[in-house]
Amino acid sequence: MLRLEKRPNPSQFWQYGTPVVAVLLTMIVGGILFAMLGKDPFAVIRTIFWDPIFGEFAFYLRGQLLVKAGPLILIAIGLALGFRAGIWNIGAEGQYIMGAVIGASVGLAAYPTESRLIFPVMVIAGAFGGWVWAMIPAILKTRFNTNEILVSLMLVYVAETILAKAATGFLRNPEGAGFPGSRNFSSYKAASNPELIAGSGLHWGGVAALVTAVLVYILLQRHILGFQIKLAGQAPRAARFHGVNPTRLVVFCMGLSGALAGLAGLFEVTGPAGQISIDFNSGYGFTAIIVAFLGRLNPIGIVFAGLLMALTYVGGEMAATNLGLPSAAIQVFQGMLLFFLLGVDVLSNYRIRMFMGAK
Amino acid sequence: MTETAPTLLSIEGVTKAYPGVVANNNVSFSIREGEVHALLGENGAGKSTLVKMIYGLVKPDKGRMTLRGKAFAPAIPREARASGVAMVFQHFSLFEALNVAENVALGMENPPPMRELAARIRAVSEEYGLPLDPARMVGDLSAGERQRVEIIRCLLQDPKLLIMDEPTSVLTPQEVEILFRTLRQLSAEGTAILYISHKLEEIRSLCDEATILRRGEVVATCTPREKTARELAEMMVGATLTPPERHPGEKGEVVLGVTDLSAASPIAFGTSLKNVSFTVARGEVLGIAGVAGNGQDELLLALSGELKAAPDRVRINGHAAGDFGPSERRKAGLVAAPEDRYGHAAAPDMTLVENAFLTGALRRKLVTNGFIDWPATRGFADEVIATYDVRTPGNHVAARALSGGNLQKFLIGRELDQSPEVIVINPPTWGVDAAAAAAIRQAILNRTAEGAGVVVISQDLDELLEIADMFAVLNEGRLSKPRPVKGLTIDEIGLMMGGAHGMEVAHHAEA
Amino acid sequence: MDFGSINPAVLIASLMVAAVPIMLAALGELIVEKSGVLNLGVEGMMIIGAIAGFITAVNTGSPVIGFIGGAAAGAALSLVFAFLTQFLLTNQVATGLALTLFGLGLSSLAGQGYNGIKPPPTGAVPFGPLADIPFFGRVLFAHDWMVYFSILMVAVTWYVLKSTRLGLIIRAVGENHEAAHSLGYKVTRIRIGCIMFGGAMAGMGGAYISLVRVPQWVDGITSGAGWIALAIVVFASWRPWRVLIGAYLFGGITVLQLNLQAAGSAIPVEYLSMAPYLVTILVLVIMSSGRGKASLNAPASLGQNFHASH
Repeated sequence: MLRLEKRPNPSQFWQYGTPVVAVLLTMIVGGILFAMLGKDPFAVIRTIFWDPIFGEFAFYLRGQLLVKAGPLILIAIGLALGFRAGIWNIGAEGQYIMGAVIGASVGLAAYPTESRLIFPVMVIAGAFGGWVWAMIPAILKTRFNTNEILVSLMLVYVAETILAKAATGFLRNPEGAGFPGSRNFSSYKAASNPELIAGSGLHWGGVAALVTAVLVYILLQRHILGFQIKLAGQAPRAARFHGVNPTRLVVFCMGLSGALAGLAGLFEVTGPAGQISIDFNSGYGFTAIIVAFLGRLNPIGIVFAGLLMALTYVGGEMAATNLGLPSAAIQVFQGMLLFFLLGVDVLSNYRIRMFMGAK
Repeated sequence: MTETAPTLLSIEGVTKAYPGVVANNNVSFSIREGEVHALLGENGAGKSTLVKMIYGLVKPDKGRMTLRGKAFAPAIPREARASGVAMVFQHFSLFEALNVAENVALGMENPPPMRELAARIRAVSEEYGLPLDPARMVGDLSAGERQRVEIIRCLLQDPKLLIMDEPTSVLTPQEVEILFRTLRQLSAEGTAILYISHKLEEIRSLCDEATILRRGEVVATCTPREKTARELAEMMVGATLTPPERHPGEKGEVVLGVTDLSAASPIAFGTSLKNVSFTVARGEVLGIAGVAGNGQDELLLALSGELKAAPDRVRINGHAAGDFGPSERRKAGLVAAPEDRYGHAAAPDMTLVENAFLTGALRRKLVTNGFIDWPATRGFADEVIATYDVRTPGNHVAARALSGGNLQKFLIGRELDQSPEVIVINPPTWGVDAAAAAAIRQAILNRTAEGAGVVVISQDLDELLEIADMFAVLNEGRLSKPRPVKGLTIDEIGLMMGGAHGMEVAHHAEA
Repeated sequence: MDFGSINPAVLIASLMVAAVPIMLAALGELIVEKSGVLNLGVEGMMIIGAIAGFITAVNTGSPVIGFIGGAAAGAALSLVFAFLTQFLLTNQVATGLALTLFGLGLSSLAGQGYNGIKPPPTGAVPFGPLADIPFFGRVLFAHDWMVYFSILMVAVTWYVLKSTRLGLIIRAVGENHEAAHSLGYKVTRIRIGCIMFGGAMAGMGGAYISLVRVPQWVDGITSGAGWIALAIVVFASWRPWRVLIGAYLFGGITVLQLNLQAAGSAIPVEYLSMAPYLVTILVLVIMSSGRGKASLNAPASLGQNFHASH
């Protein structure tokens, strides 16, 4: 028989060890899944995890990694702060959309003025859009005790319909021959978010992600607000005893994660995506939940987790074109990764003991 | 009589070890039918583990038990109950959102239909003088009434052995009398009772035999009536105890004034505070007694600042502080130590350093511009660990890794070492061994002598009478008028505590 | 707006159909939550049930076996949640989210090659002449058996929770798992049973979407129904009959907004299709702000993991 025994102290080793074990387990079980789909598991795993970095097309794909990792990291860091405090914003997808729509609206309203101020104002508008969308569940939670999980999630569906309306209606390109989709920002210099170093895939979104990671790391390690966030998540009553104001904490965590998701949306729509279109959002807001946990809710860990998750996206596309792997298989793979992460995490707080039926 | 009655349960060489601690080592004793047998020992002496084995919640590693001559090894409580063993838990195994009858049904193997069960509950409760309404929600009952639910649940199964784990800690003195009468009646009818307690006088008045446990081992078996309380105490603790020293200082000006404070309880099934008023002066200890669940937790929240009120309801050092939160009250000079150590007073998964920061941040100036001074915080934690003799491998361990007594010393020390002017503690020594309890009381008294005003909320009357200057009782959220401890009798205290709850009939019959 | 073109009998009849998936899923989740477990993976279990039910029904030609297949798949997926939360003590919120993300991916993988196929029809229960009664015939006696089954399940859930020993034990475990454990009840085992029941009900609800409501297979077919089911449990304040009311209310809004779209209402289509989600939020706000009785009904141990220390 196996039995769990609580450790007196959380294990330092497993704190870092669990993500590695979870990734390995996912590769093994994922390999079995790929084999069941009739693909060579080793070829698939190599295509996903090796080729984008060291393969034939790595010069291009490496850049793609940063493009995908940027928004994931930015969103995941915000979510992780909330998760640590026991505040479950799972509607980042909606905040991402609203950031993009509002930021893009500001930019397009200025079209075709060329000014250095336009892009910064758009960035602020994007963050504001995500912030507003996250403030709805935050205020409903603090005022009416409404569950933030359900409200933030419902707002994703609402944001999706607003996005559809934007792409087909109020933001549609007047010179687009009636096709859905806004003007393309790549042809509007003042509002575009180009690659900063050619071929690197790094745009302002990536820069923002790295800067945010460092700032949030310092916040969590050194600042009293970081302490309060951790305390509120681990022991809510102790947090109130310490003097944490739960309302302010909810507003801060939801607001920050919403603003970061909104920023990610703005950088995406002005950069890699180029325009507002009906399906411009690609589920980053949900995948970021996996990234947050894979990075153990730690900003530095999230940077690595975001890169790894970007690898599964980029490599997954490669596997889809080269090996005919269904793209849904990658989604399953990512979901599995989250299961294993959560499951293996038990090792950092519990010891697993074998025992022969005593007596 | 019981001297000649046949042996009901005998325990031989039972041993149970948990990682790092041997809870019971080679324990043997036996109980005769109809005997009231005391199991006496300090917190952590292994009493609870022992009875959990008899009740089938824990399996012994070694040793054997015999019940009426037959081998007895219950794997689950149901088997124990089927063999006639019933247990009343210290922390009740009750469900607040269910009614009395449903709670009773959950503790029975084959409960009759609800209507029939309700009738039987009424019958049994009358027979034993324990009035109870089967349709009431348990969450609305007082602690004493809840205990009745547990007892009736046991009695409905005709137990041969009734285990009672610290039953009187939640009762007023009058309720204790009634309980004892019920237990004597049961014993006369042939039911054996295993009575767990550390209260010596109770054991001397109720029990026929006593087995004394210390650090998991049987150190003595005796007839408690033939021993003095002091002899029993020394057997239990294994050392001679010195009562805390008092240096009665001058009473100074009032540092804490509470006027007509009312507050709704934020806790489900909690008790609201109603027009609470008192003052505490420098150099004075106010002891607040009362049965659990009469507003103690709420009073602590209202004093610590977790529950706010109008500004002039609470005055700290003369400043209106009713609308202050916990941080502002600390700044004004008030520190507090709540009851629940694992989750309220401390964050169990955080290190001692982080837990030192939890309340020490302000008064020990551990924050500059919002940034935490970790070296200074580590220094503060080490200081508390050294001053209050906290046994720990270091300041980096998680609070949950410390034993209850050690963590309590750390948490009380954390508050006392912030040079506070008002100290509120609820309760100081619950679940702490005698040596640590004495150290904690001494530390509180030392701080009082230095000029702090202290409020101690506790259910342990002996403790309050030992350290308090003034005495008041919380009863259903109301605080009695504080009276000097000198000259109070136990009967007067009992009446202040509200007599016996919901027992008007029995009470009158007695009077 | 033109309400005139909407026939009330048809409207009521179709709202009863629209309510079935969320009603089944919400009833399952109600039992899960009553036992003290919060499973946020309803959406994932529903969509797995939708595709599994679709595949079994198409391949066997029997919708009944399809529903059983959907229930089995939902229960199987819930077992993953049960294992993680009950044995490995993972955070229930995170694990529920994982279940949804995984379920969405797996369903779309399993559903490849099933797009554009029609499932075998689930016919109306033949009530004979009863179905011809004006108004009531259309409203009460012209449905497929799942509509009646879902109402029956409301009654069963209510009866079991209120009047049986099993229901009492489930409530006790959800109220105070420590006390239930000390009385000797197998908290973990009871909770796993409830989680699997919840999975089966969600799976069956999902199957109803792909087999009757739509009826065909499309990726992401449940489009938030699982989340709405979770909201209905809160709306119902953990009472089975209120789940019925809640499900009919949301069914009604869905049907009404579809009908308005079809009737060429002046309100843009996008805003109409937001309606169910906005109403969900509104209802959540109303229900949770009445702090008093509704929240007292919430199981006290909801979402807390149980680990018997000894």
